[in-house]
Amino acid sequence: MKPDVPEPRKKLRVATTSLAGCFGCHMSLLDIDERLIPLLELIELDASPLTDKKHVGPCDLGIIEGGVCNADNVHVLRAFRQQCKILVAMGACAVNGGLPAQRNHLDVRDCLQTVYLTGLGVERGFIPNDPELPLPLAQVHPLHDVVKIDYFLPGCPPSADAIWSFLNDLIAGRTPQLGHGLIHYD
Amino acid sequence: MSEPTFTLDGDDVPFTEGQTILQAALGARRYVPYLCFHKDFKPHGSCKVCTVKVNGHHAAGCTTPARAGDVVESQTEELTELRRDLVQFLFTEGNHFCPSCEQSGRCTLQAVGYELGVTQGHYNPLFPTRPLDASHPDVLLELNRCILCELCVRASAQVDRKHVFALSGRGLTKHLVVNAESGRLGDTDLAVEDKAMKVCPVGAILRKRRGFTVPIGERTFDKAPISQVLVAPHEED
Repeated sequence: MKPDVPEPRKKLRVATTSLAGCFGCHMSLLDIDERLIPLLELIELDASPLTDKKHVGPCDLGIIEGGVCNADNVHVLRAFRQQCKILVAMGACAVNGGLPAQRNHLDVRDCLQTVYLTGLGVERGFIPNDPELPLPLAQVHPLHDVVKIDYFLPGCPPSADAIWSFLNDLIAGRTPQLGHGLIHYD
Repeated sequence: MSEPTFTLDGDDVPFTEGQTILQAALGARRYVPYLCFHKDFKPHGSCKVCTVKVNGHHAAGCTTPARAGDVVESQTEELTELRRDLVQFLFTEGNHFCPSCEQSGRCTLQAVGYELGVTQGHYNPLFPTRPLDASHPDVLLELNRCILCELCVRASAQVDRKHVFALSGRGLTKHLVVNAESGRLGDTDLAVEDKAMKVCPVGAILRKRRGFTVPIGERTFDKAPISQVLVAPHEED
């Protein structure tokens, strides 16, 4: 299936990452199945869990899954904003914090203690404090709380058809429009 | 004598004396987005999502009487923008996590968001701390999702004659309260058959042990957008 777009002069450079997400949105991106082949004629991947390149370079498009729950997420998000001409929040967590943000009315210390010390079945527990571990933020934030986001693609995850339609619009230079059946918050 | 009419986005809409613009529009199967309106109760005019332009002036469609010859605009980019703002305020003022909500797929707030093309909250979310009341044997009260439409308040007072719910506080501290000395739903005479159980447009008042009974893809607003459904699903239950 060829996308309904004119041939671009050069491939769009695209980076993706998952912050406080579950990689479900990336799975849904892969779920566009054989449409990945025509898509890869139009784009090339920079930093992404799919390429294992760790640091984002100059890109046309950045797609971010997950909200912002720790210091490293802030760092990565700012790097993406700096390097990407267009930044997209993909999925419920990127759009409004999603499931991780349901801890927002709890104290972080209480959360860590319950999970690592006092929770059911925890034996000889301790709260991880390796200096390499990024510190959790007091609250989980949607991406637009931290940097400017150009487009939002809601859904948990957005369906493969929604991602496909959204990417086709963006690649063709149109403002993405999600009609009935493609726009979903769940 | 022929019926009086006004124009809605250029088309004639007939009405009967005493009807409001929204009532006449819905009667003519013309959708105007709304949240706090319900055909069985006196219009309330608080959510403002049904705001239209009447002869060039903004007015709540649910409370403004229809008048012959009026020129009413609804489906304009300006009004859609305004309605989007209102819906985004509601999403960011509460804790609306659709993926884990039992009402998802038949939620009026969500469906109106889809209809208006709302893809994000836009404003910085407040993430308020709100209580959950599971004290009633058959009913869960999830105040994180309450949008203060007062439909349950009106249903309980006007139809059930029980006065189980009321609003308290002002501005951002405004919240739904339960009419019991303990403040707990379990200490009221609310019953699952009550009208107040059937009118919540969001997932704030839920019948226990009934969550996720309809599979994704077959829920009310999976099958058709709210502009086609017209009648909110909780009214059919």
